[in-house]
Amino acid sequence: MPLLPLDLVGLILTGWSGLGLLGLVLPARLGRCLLFPLIAGLSALMAGAGLWALQGGAQTLVLPIGLPGMPFHLRLDVLSAFFLTLLGLAGSGISAYATGYFRHMAETQPGDFQRLILLYALFLASMGMVLVADDAYFFMVAWESMALSSYFLVTTDHEIPAIREAGFLYLLMAHLGAIALLLCFGLLQSGTGGDYAFATLRHHSLTSFWSSTAFILALIGFGAKAGLLPLHTWLPEAHPAAPSPVSALMSGIMLKMALYGLLRVLFDLLGQPLWWWGALLVGLGSLTALFGVLFAAVQSDIKRLLAWSSVENMGLILSGLGLTLLFHGAGQETVAALALAAVLYHALNHAFFKGLLFLGAGSVLHATAERNMAKLGGLIRVMPWVAGLSLVGALSLAGLPPFNGFVSEWLLLQAYLLRPDLPQPWLNMVLPLGAAVLALVGALAGFAMVKFYGIVFLGQARGLVLSEVQDIGVWERFGMGWMALGCVLLGLFPSSVILQLDTVTHALVGQGLGASAARHGWLWVTPVSANRASYSPLILFAVIGVSVGLTFLGVRRFFHGRWRRAPAWDCGYPFQTARMQDSADGFGQPIKQIFESFFGLSREIPSPFDSHPHYHSEVRDPLWALCYLPLVRGVARLVKWVGVLQQGRISTYLLFSFTTLMALLALVTGSRP
Amino acid sequence: MSHWNPAPFAQQLLDLFASLLLLIAFAMLSQRRILTLIHLFAWQGLILTLSIADSAWLTHQPHLYYSAALTLIIKVLILPLLLHRLIRRLDVVWDVETLINIPTTMLVGIGLVVFSFNLALPISHFSSTILRNTLGIALASVLLSFMMMITRRKAVPQVIGFLALENGLFLAATSATYGMPMVVELGVALDVLVGMFIFGIFFFQIRETFDSLDIRHMEKLKEE
Repeated sequence: MPLLPLDLVGLILTGWSGLGLLGLVLPARLGRCLLFPLIAGLSALMAGAGLWALQGGAQTLVLPIGLPGMPFHLRLDVLSAFFLTLLGLAGSGISAYATGYFRHMAETQPGDFQRLILLYALFLASMGMVLVADDAYFFMVAWESMALSSYFLVTTDHEIPAIREAGFLYLLMAHLGAIALLLCFGLLQSGTGGDYAFATLRHHSLTSFWSSTAFILALIGFGAKAGLLPLHTWLPEAHPAAPSPVSALMSGIMLKMALYGLLRVLFDLLGQPLWWWGALLVGLGSLTALFGVLFAAVQSDIKRLLAWSSVENMGLILSGLGLTLLFHGAGQETVAALALAAVLYHALNHAFFKGLLFLGAGSVLHATAERNMAKLGGLIRVMPWVAGLSLVGALSLAGLPPFNGFVSEWLLLQAYLLRPDLPQPWLNMVLPLGAAVLALVGALAGFAMVKFYGIVFLGQARGLVLSEVQDIGVWERFGMGWMALGCVLLGLFPSSVILQLDTVTHALVGQGLGASAARHGWLWVTPVSANRASYSPLILFAVIGVSVGLTFLGVRRFFHGRWRRAPAWDCGYPFQTARMQDSADGFGQPIKQIFESFFGLSREIPSPFDSHPHYHSEVRDPLWALCYLPLVRGVARLVKWVGVLQQGRISTYLLFSFTTLMALLALVTGSRP
Repeated sequence: MSHWNPAPFAQQLLDLFASLLLLIAFAMLSQRRILTLIHLFAWQGLILTLSIADSAWLTHQPHLYYSAALTLIIKVLILPLLLHRLIRRLDVVWDVETLINIPTTMLVGIGLVVFSFNLALPISHFSSTILRNTLGIALASVLLSFMMMITRRKAVPQVIGFLALENGLFLAATSATYGMPMVVELGVALDVLVGMFIFGIFFFQIRETFDSLDIRHMEKLKEE
């Protein structure tokens, strides 16, 4: 029997779990050197399997495990294959990095490390299982083991109360989401009378009311995982709390599982979408993107900044998904394919650049034990590798050509601007606003990245002793280099990537982009037609390279050659220290001022006569006060009412059952004809 | 007058036993002394036994004889004896007060009887057993025992109320369907017995903790 991609995927998933279990047995030091590279190798293999499966049709497999009468169904189609590729590609870089990153932990806390490696492997394996699950039961099992393993990974440093709180919030939101998903699958299954296999659900159609309810439930369930407004609150807490490779996994890959779930439910199981689903997703997604990037711009904790930026990127991705739904619903399949390609492309890109940046932030954190940007600075001189590779990630995130972030955001912008005639005229008028939001978000993301990179790596050290800081080791370099290479290649060869995405868009919306995008050769990407817009990163890259080179040569050639070294002008103030540099707070100040109404700002400004002046400013998420606190108060009030029932008197309790009995008896008597 | 037919007599005897049960239920509701309460409980068990035996004879259902014997052994002999020993060792012969005064309780009890007769009337039309008239009485004695559990303040009368409630259920089961399957009856009998032991242990525990069997003290256990 020939080996099929699905068999390979199953073997890799088993291999991951087996390596995790092996990690419990092996001594920590050996486990680190042996298991993480093996996990990374299996990840690379997974990427290969995914790419292989992307070429072919769907395969199914029924495992003889599960509940009696409800075996686990596996299915590998092109959508799963794409996300498996993403998982494998990003997972291998992150795992290679983890080999080096956990060196210290494996030596000092071997017991903790053994648990960590088990959870790490299980986390990867459960994400893979989510992707190949073909019945609601197995899907939920995989989904929940993903949530639980990541919860325990988030709370690795559970001695710190703030991390425990973050973990609790994460667990709570994960469970809320899971309940919504359970209800959603229950709705999808209702009336089939059969099992929960996706194959059954696929051929079952609901009335528009019930399918809308299922859509809302799926949106809540997957949105809670993706960080969609207003269910995003756990994300900026939990992602920074985890060890950095885990943050990278969560931001880079786990968030995409939510996207996968939405795609699976919306395009595969639910049938024809209603127009307002797409509109709702576009609105919520754009709002999430704007909200996320604004908060990213004012953070001063490096990992929290990146986590907020993940909120932003998921917002962009989901708004693109909304566009796809809108166009798909209106029968405009070509544009739908364009938007969908942008969504998938951006998901892939985000996995790479956000993973890379989290790894970079992890290296900084590891080397300096400092996550507050106000205390960092000047690291480019002592950590050239981290600085160089992070620069690639930062430029990609900022959406600058020729890196990958630009391509997908540009494609998304094209999808917004093409805007075929939708049946709802007001949507035609509102959609360009989405394009404007996208542009604003892109600019603000650039701002956030300038802040991130400038404050952490450039300038002078703010209180750190730079000579004690060490650059990263070989494994970390390899891991970050892998991710950076991904960013560059994805940016330089967009038409090849789009060709690969073609099968997925064909499967979901029935149209591909590859034929038109690569119409003008592999060098140019032309989403719709050449006289609208086209982009060639290689040519752009060449132009940038050549002009920089020519300028350099020209300056060398024509410079008169008289050097003079002098201190930079100090504005006439000679006593300058590193603390006088622009700080993270100061850099974000304009954003704070302009968008003040978005933030829940609280500031303590010292009086001029204070001998020990203290400035403190805190930006809080206003949605806490708007959505969550009223909810908490409501629940507390309700609980108080229930507390009235609890008298502590047996007679009262007996009276309750007595009256219930009487009422039921009376009901029975009354209802009988 | 050629042949004396025992059936109408036995039928009337059944009605008599049923009304005696109801009477005893009211007596228990109004009784303050624990010792008398136990005696009343024993009497109730005895009458229940007689009534089951009577219906067994009347309907020629041999398994009802076993039920009657079981009731006699457990509810007339063992449980009252246990309760006797219990209250002597706990030294609580008096039940001081009820939560609601007794006349009010009796009035509510009458209301309950009316309610349960009203409830049983349509049901007994469906039932084909000869005992169907007693269903209302059985329901009434269940509700009255429940009422007794609610109005008592001490733990021992509450337990007696619980046991009496079980008697009422037994009567209801017999009157509606000629008794439950033997396995169920055995199981219930065993439950009651075990329950009694557990209650006994609880009484001692409660008294040790609170120095009293007054369940008002348990209100402290509530979370503020």
